[in-house]
Amino acid sequence: MVIDWQPSASIETLRERARLMASVRAFFAQRDVLEVETPALGQGGSTEVHLVSLHTLARTDKGQRRLWLQTSPEFHMKRLLAAGSGAIFQLAKSYRDGEVGSRHNIEFTMLEWYRPQFTLEKLIDETATLVMTLLPSFPGPVVHYRYRELFHTYLAVDPFTTSLEKLRDVAAERAKMPAHALADEGRDTCLDLLMSVVIEPQLGQYELSVVTDYPTSQAALARRHQDADGEWVASRFELYLNGIELANGYDELTDAAEQRARFSEDNAERRRLGLPEVDIDERLLAALEHGMPAGAGVALGIDRLIQLALGKARLDDVLAFATPNC
Amino acid sequence: MANYSTNEFKAGLKVMLDGDPCSIVENELVKPGKGQAFNRVKLRNLMTGRVGEKTFKSGDSLEGADVMDLEMEYLYNDGDMWHFMKTDGSFEQYAVEKKALGDTIKWLKEQVPYIITLWNDKAISVTPPNFIELEVVETDPGLKGDTAQGGSKPATLSSGAVVRVPLFINQGEVLKIDTRSGEYVSRA
Repeated sequence: MVIDWQPSASIETLRERARLMASVRAFFAQRDVLEVETPALGQGGSTEVHLVSLHTLARTDKGQRRLWLQTSPEFHMKRLLAAGSGAIFQLAKSYRDGEVGSRHNIEFTMLEWYRPQFTLEKLIDETATLVMTLLPSFPGPVVHYRYRELFHTYLAVDPFTTSLEKLRDVAAERAKMPAHALADEGRDTCLDLLMSVVIEPQLGQYELSVVTDYPTSQAALARRHQDADGEWVASRFELYLNGIELANGYDELTDAAEQRARFSEDNAERRRLGLPEVDIDERLLAALEHGMPAGAGVALGIDRLIQLALGKARLDDVLAFATPNC
Repeated sequence: MANYSTNEFKAGLKVMLDGDPCSIVENELVKPGKGQAFNRVKLRNLMTGRVGEKTFKSGDSLEGADVMDLEMEYLYNDGDMWHFMKTDGSFEQYAVEKKALGDTIKWLKEQVPYIITLWNDKAISVTPPNFIELEVVETDPGLKGDTAQGGSKPATLSSGAVVRVPLFINQGEVLKIDTRSGEYVSRA
């Protein structure tokens, strides 16, 4: 048997990758945003229901402990913010089990940054500026869409008011699934599916598309506010280019009690679905209790941005050794 | 047969879908950042040859299909069935129905090896080699000296296929044909 030991990316691509990484660092140095390095392993993990965390047993000072490979550097970075770090960024190796594909790799690099005192709008501008700095050709204007508006335009349904039954039917039909396939699924799964299968491929064509005003059930670690229609929405944005989801930003939740409640809801949902519970990050909650400055933060899949900047077909093409070859 | 989960789906895997054996062409993970994961899968229905797209919840599984591709030589047609023989030295023969033969019926030549796809030991499709050499049994007389000029004419081959050939080709000549496009390549 021939063992494929060769890198997934060409050496030339890795040179280009290094150059782009250097421009990211220069971008933040110029803006006085401090580069930090936080651990890949933590005593708490992400409770997000649809993220599968990898974990390992380690011999620590407290004996054998289960440590979680971080799905993003968010929790550790927020503890730095609470400790008074000011604006920070990180290029962090992050891990999500089972995610392998042309746009996914189990181990990937997340560019994450936090801006105390920034509004979400200001962070959207900065994110768009960074993307344009890294792309060789100008991707076009920055166009804003509301989540609700996209569903009206492409699907003639309303993400907030259309009945769950109707959403299940439309999602199963558009995704070419058997009619009953989504019978047990909730609103968010139907909306996510429609977003990824129907709407996402249309976004970011000759423009940078920014989507805001997500349903509150998809708020994760974002605050909530009332939109122009009086609907409660998540203070969150996503950025799309060439039909690919690039970045996800929040007006960050700073309320410890609210955060604890959302973690517990996640674990309750995990129990309901028969998924393993994840240890809640008590240190993050203690840090929020102490007080984290209000502000905005964003996570950007830098591997995907490099893939787009270099015009490569697959994520593997810009990774030294992708999961199938690691 | 074993069941295969979406994360085991890869190009070439044979699975059962709605009662028909299918071959997976492409499998793509679709997952919004924190949303539920789905797999968009392109499958070729091996009975009809049609390619379609389906979405599965990640972790769903499909039953494997007992499908095998075997090399066999074409022997003869008894008026009802077409007979092939394995090239592995076993001399084992298979009878193939007209439906399974599909378009390959016009590329049949004795002693040429074909790929026969078997499902539960029954032939469901026959793939000809990419290139095949066939004799011209009927065409207008060739034009002398016209070897560089463009222009073409129809020619009927020994297998029954009709292909466009250059004007200089004569009846009785053996030609190399690309079976995928049905186009003349050269004189054999």
